Amino acid sequence: MKFYRNLSISQKQVVWAWGFLALPVLFYVVIRFYPTADAIVLSFQKWNMLGIRQWAGFDNYIKLYNDPVFWKVFRNTFVYLILGTPASLVISFAIAYHLDKVRFLHSTLRALYFLPFLTSTVAMAWVWRWFYQPVPIGLFNNFIASLGFQQIAFLNSTTNALPSILLPAIWAGLGFQIIIFMAGLRAIPTSFYEAARIDGVSNWTILREITLPLLKPTIVFLVVFSSISFLRIFDQVFNMTTNNPGGPLDSTKPLVLMIYQTAFSSFDMGYAAAQTVVLFSILLIVSLLQLYLMRDR
Amino acid sequence: MKAIRTLTLAATTSLAAMLSAGAVSAVEIEYWQYIFDARITAMDKLIANFEAANPGITVKQSTFPYADYRTKVAAAIPAGEGPDVVQLFYGWLNDYVQAELIQPLPEATFPAARIEAEFFPMVQAMKIDGKYMALPTAVRSLALFYNTKLFAEAGVTAPPATLAEMVEIAQKITKKDGAGNITVEGITSGMTAQDHQWFREVLLRQFGAVPYTDDYRTVTYNTPEGVAALEFYTSLEQTLGVTSSTFMDEPQAAFKAGRAGMHIDGSFRIGALKDTRGLEWGVAELPAGPDGTQSNYASYWVNAITTKAQGEKYDAAVKFMDYITSDEAMQIWLDTVGELPAKPSAALTEANIADPVFGPFIKGLGYGHATIFADESGQRQVLVDAVSRIFLQGQSAADSLAAAAAAEQALLDSYYAK
Repeated sequence: MKFYRNLSISQKQVVWAWGFLALPVLFYVVIRFYPTADAIVLSFQKWNMLGIRQWAGFDNYIKLYNDPVFWKVFRNTFVYLILGTPASLVISFAIAYHLDKVRFLHSTLRALYFLPFLTSTVAMAWVWRWFYQPVPIGLFNNFIASLGFQQIAFLNSTTNALPSILLPAIWAGLGFQIIIFMAGLRAIPTSFYEAARIDGVSNWTILREITLPLLKPTIVFLVVFSSISFLRIFDQVFNMTTNNPGGPLDSTKPLVLMIYQTAFSSFDMGYAAAQTVVLFSILLIVSLLQLYLMRDR
Repeated sequence: MKAIRTLTLAATTSLAAMLSAGAVSAVEIEYWQYIFDARITAMDKLIANFEAANPGITVKQSTFPYADYRTKVAAAIPAGEGPDVVQLFYGWLNDYVQAELIQPLPEATFPAARIEAEFFPMVQAMKIDGKYMALPTAVRSLALFYNTKLFAEAGVTAPPATLAEMVEIAQKITKKDGAGNITVEGITSGMTAQDHQWFREVLLRQFGAVPYTDDYRTVTYNTPEGVAALEFYTSLEQTLGVTSSTFMDEPQAAFKAGRAGMHIDGSFRIGALKDTRGLEWGVAELPAGPDGTQSNYASYWVNAITTKAQGEKYDAAVKFMDYITSDEAMQIWLDTVGELPAKPSAALTEANIADPVFGPFIKGLGYGHATIFADESGQRQVLVDAVSRIFLQGQSAADSLAAAAAAEQALLDSYYAK
């Protein structure tokens, strides 16, 4: 007690600040940092969840480097990112931009766009999986066949399957992005637009010179947020391909699904941890890179 | 205030009474299995019977979701907690033994010679270094389900006895729309379901190939006979057009919906089909191969005594193991869960063999093989991919099988290199 009394005001403030921070810090250390560190340690070990952990040096990483499936999965993960992020941002911006101008049934429309985001991913993935089935149960193929065209193998194809799975994933995420974009649009002071109108500037110039630059913080947030979610895609892929997870021939398998299979069906925890460390590094690099590229100069 | 004090006193007294009652009561052992309703009900019945016959021993059953099961077992036993008797999949035995989670069954109660005389031969996979580590109560095998309505429509009177007959019937049953899309399948197919087991232990053997060496550590199916088996399997879809692996999402769904004439599946499917309204079906033994060879795939869940069970708990656990591997327990399991008894003496009773549903499965046990998997889903994936390469990338059966054999051997090598 005497020690505390002798502290200066600012030192006391520090003590209190840390006092209040102690709980979240402790929480993060136990729930986040310790497991993360442990996963990194585990990536240098061999463990099947039952026996003792044995040191394996860089074996897991060497195995990963030499695993053709890993490189395919690595490519798939980036295809999800490179197709998914721009597509979802452009579509959601276009919708938000026009929805912002609509007055008639505005709330209803907004709610309708937001609805898929509230729906359980698993339920949605299964419904889409049935949409994609061949005749006689697939909605899309029944329609195509009734027009007299050849059926399309949506999921049972090494080329069509990934875009087919990506589509509902983009659709499901739109609602959230639209809401964020609309909040960003509303935050732009109307005086800028009024000034532009008085100057007689075209809509296109307003969009390019006022709206987009002022939306930058929103765009940065959404790019990082949606990139992370596409890099971590799992639910849609797993549920739409449960019988042949990530198939056919690993053409839809993202990194998270590979980690899941290695850990919980092959019980090769060390190898799975090594893959997790790689995923963690990718997420970190991509996020930092995006923040750097889109920083305020 | 007084009321609270009285209440506290009452609570303390009853708690103390409970604790002391626990101390004087007899030995309690714990049994763990994963959540599967019918099995929990069956085990409750077995426990009730066992406790009635052995006053002084109580058995507590704990169940966990399948996904958490392995982690819980692994965490509990080394900590001296958890089960004294545990259920595990036969394919996990090596992992459990290496991790020292289970101990050998005592030779006095479970002599190896007696086990080998009494149980179906595939149970011998549970012997490690001459000692039996675990025993099943029930086993599962494959059989051919057939839709009697579709059979009658096509004028077929009896289920196929051979592969040739199977193909012939499938051709009669298959229906297609104007564009050539299948609307009713002759037979279901899909390596993702049970076909990989059918291919591995049945078709390969019927075409004269041997899938693995006896210890299942070396792949031996990459031979002309193996290629012939794979060609037969893929011809059903590619040239004969009597099946489509993507039809109605899952083979069992197509059969359940009455849109498939035949379907190869395990005895565990019986329960789901029994409750399907409007579906009329029968069961037959798997069709024999071109030279008459019959084969089957059998799998099972086993029970084992954990290393946690010591002293009087160990003795109680041995008694419990003895009971749950008895003929009586097996019949209860068959009646409740629909899984087949692991001993011919319990399985091959006249009533069971004559049973139109269980009969064909039970006959299959006599010539069944239990694959010793290192990584069942990984090894399944190898065959799934082999067929995908043929269907989607136009690879030849010979090349595809060679690649599959190499991939599976790599899996086995990395598993046993531990």
